[in-house]
Amino acid sequence: MADVVLKNIKKSFGNVDVIKGVDLDIKDGEFTVFVGPSGCGKSTLLRMIAGLEDISDGDMFIGDTRVNTVAPKDRGVAMVFQSYAIFPHMTVRENIGFGLTIAKTPKAEKDAKVAEAARILQMEHLLDRRPSQLSGGQRQRVAIGRAITRKPEVFLFDEPLSNLDAALRMDMRMEIGKLHQQLGATMIYVTHDQVEAMTLADKIVVLKDGAVMQAGAPMDLYHNPDNLFVAGFLGAPSMNFLIVDVIALTDDHAHVHSPVLGDITIATKGRQFTVGQQATLGLRPQHLSYVEATTAQLSGHVTLTERLGSETVINATLSDGTTLIAAIAEDQEFRVGAEIGLRFDTTKAHLFPELPTTTGAAH
Amino acid sequence: MAQQKSLTQSNVSGWAFALPGFGLMVAFIILPFFFAIWFSLTNQRLISPNPPSFMGLSNYVDLLSIGTIVLEPERDATGAVIRDNAGDITYPRLRNFTRNNPDYPHLQGMREWFGWQTGPNDELRRVILAKDVVFMRALKNTFTFVIIVAPLQAGLALMLALLINQKLRGINVYRAIYFMPVVISIVVVAFLWRLIYDGNNGLLNNILGALSFGWFEPVDWLGQPSTALGSIIAMSIWQAVGFHMVIWLSGLQTISPTLYEAAELEGSSKWQTFRYVTWPGLRNTAVLILIVITMQAFGLFAQVDVMTNGGPLDSTQTIVFQAIERGYGKQDISGGSAISVILFLIVLSISMIQRYLTRERNT
Repeated sequence: MADVVLKNIKKSFGNVDVIKGVDLDIKDGEFTVFVGPSGCGKSTLLRMIAGLEDISDGDMFIGDTRVNTVAPKDRGVAMVFQSYAIFPHMTVRENIGFGLTIAKTPKAEKDAKVAEAARILQMEHLLDRRPSQLSGGQRQRVAIGRAITRKPEVFLFDEPLSNLDAALRMDMRMEIGKLHQQLGATMIYVTHDQVEAMTLADKIVVLKDGAVMQAGAPMDLYHNPDNLFVAGFLGAPSMNFLIVDVIALTDDHAHVHSPVLGDITIATKGRQFTVGQQATLGLRPQHLSYVEATTAQLSGHVTLTERLGSETVINATLSDGTTLIAAIAEDQEFRVGAEIGLRFDTTKAHLFPELPTTTGAAH
Repeated sequence: MAQQKSLTQSNVSGWAFALPGFGLMVAFIILPFFFAIWFSLTNQRLISPNPPSFMGLSNYVDLLSIGTIVLEPERDATGAVIRDNAGDITYPRLRNFTRNNPDYPHLQGMREWFGWQTGPNDELRRVILAKDVVFMRALKNTFTFVIIVAPLQAGLALMLALLINQKLRGINVYRAIYFMPVVISIVVVAFLWRLIYDGNNGLLNNILGALSFGWFEPVDWLGQPSTALGSIIAMSIWQAVGFHMVIWLSGLQTISPTLYEAAELEGSSKWQTFRYVTWPGLRNTAVLILIVITMQAFGLFAQVDVMTNGGPLDSTQTIVFQAIERGYGKQDISGGSAISVILFLIVLSISMIQRYLTRERNT
């Protein structure tokens, strides 16, 4: 059993606090993804779990052991780096078996374990090549192979796919997903790519400025974001934000008003509002549908369209100058400059008490 | 359409711009190189009223001829070996064989280089003779110098580089200290070390005397054949070690830090990390350093010129010192040139052997 438990974990470099008290409970066998914009501390947090960075404050447990001062090799973790970190002068076989060589494992056992890892990753035919003769995806597979032979309780991935091209990234993403099913080990995966996060994770941890914004199942986060940041960070294109005025409140609903929208009623989902305050209405582009102007809740002019075949992404400018993005789930031609009417299901809209900052939630 | 020739397209102007630099290189590097080869085949002197004449390879023959002879001990009428007052066996004088002896034409003009006892009861004496004993000593001293200096200097420099390659406060002070001797002219350094090695009141003798509470007898380090070359070797290693340290350091810093982290996660010890990560990563640097040190060591001159002038008893003669001594001291340009050419061939072949032995083996 290897749960990973973080209790009020902090990290500072001098006076700069990089991780500001993170609490996390990662269950055994869970695939957890740390996601967030650059500089949010997700890699630092991973490196602290690996033992490559000291923990300034708090307690970290892997299994039942407090590992704050345990050496990396004794934590039962294996790490896959963004830059692969495979040894250029060694063959694939030597690279995969490196940890066993270090531990002076008998040759027969080592060969068996290397062969096993190679079989799992389907790279038996590459064992005698050198890294310089491998493609990026193959190199990353070698790095994963090296991690597998350690039989770790926890796998750590630090943006493993960032150096790969788009097509390969998708393949490797699926392979990592399969690997998780096959091995059943706890995996912690750092990425800034929300697609990787959404597709791979059992649990997503959204980080910003060294603090956890929200942690939970991907669809939970997508459908019920706790705050504006998570709402804006997950989903592509990003969620639209409209500033509205709260004009009346009932038990669990708020009546809001905006010049472009008129009056609507939105569920507050337990969030606290006061009458007269400004709030942010969040609308997913996918939840906006294209309608006749007469039945439209929002209307504006098309400023840009992107036809992707499976969907059409429309940038529309409303009468007050706000830009709205709508993703229509079919291929349809829109003329730039044309009037467009949009509708949405108010039960799928979100209302947040905070207002978007200019640096914003944008991904 | 008339094609306009711009400056960059014109071959003539290109050559014109290159000419000053190219001309200097021809005049001071390429021509002297071929002059040296030509002079070594003549009897050219520095200043002479007579025109030089072609001598073929006789300069090389004079330098490199060696011979051997086994001397029978002198015996009295009864056939007993004659011994001198000290009890040593007496042999016929070598000059009987090397001066106009028609039975030994191949030994004409040679002198004893070294010899040893051989045969039953060690009564016979085998003598190795050389036409130019001083040059032979110079060859031997130079090779001794190279064989000791190359590995020691490279090894020490690597150790220093490993020590320096740490993130510690004030580490740059140490870098500067180790590099300082490199910046100072070798002539100045050699002069200072002459004072250190001084037989009467030198720093080294004083320190050794103080450390051993006066038990240590002062040694005239540069004044006796047994210590002179060793003293020059020690001082030479000290002087240039900083230079090679910097080259090692640059090699060390090309090794990706994630490789060290990967090794750390695998539980690699300090020594294993050096063996599997650092040393393979320094391979190209090692080749470079070995070749550079070898070439520099073969060029040993300034230290000898300042500190010992080749003495005592030719114990610090070197190839370059001989070349200059011959060419300018004795005004025998042809002899000096021949020595230069021999040195060139030695260094060239050693470099090629090193290149071959340290080549990349790609399987």
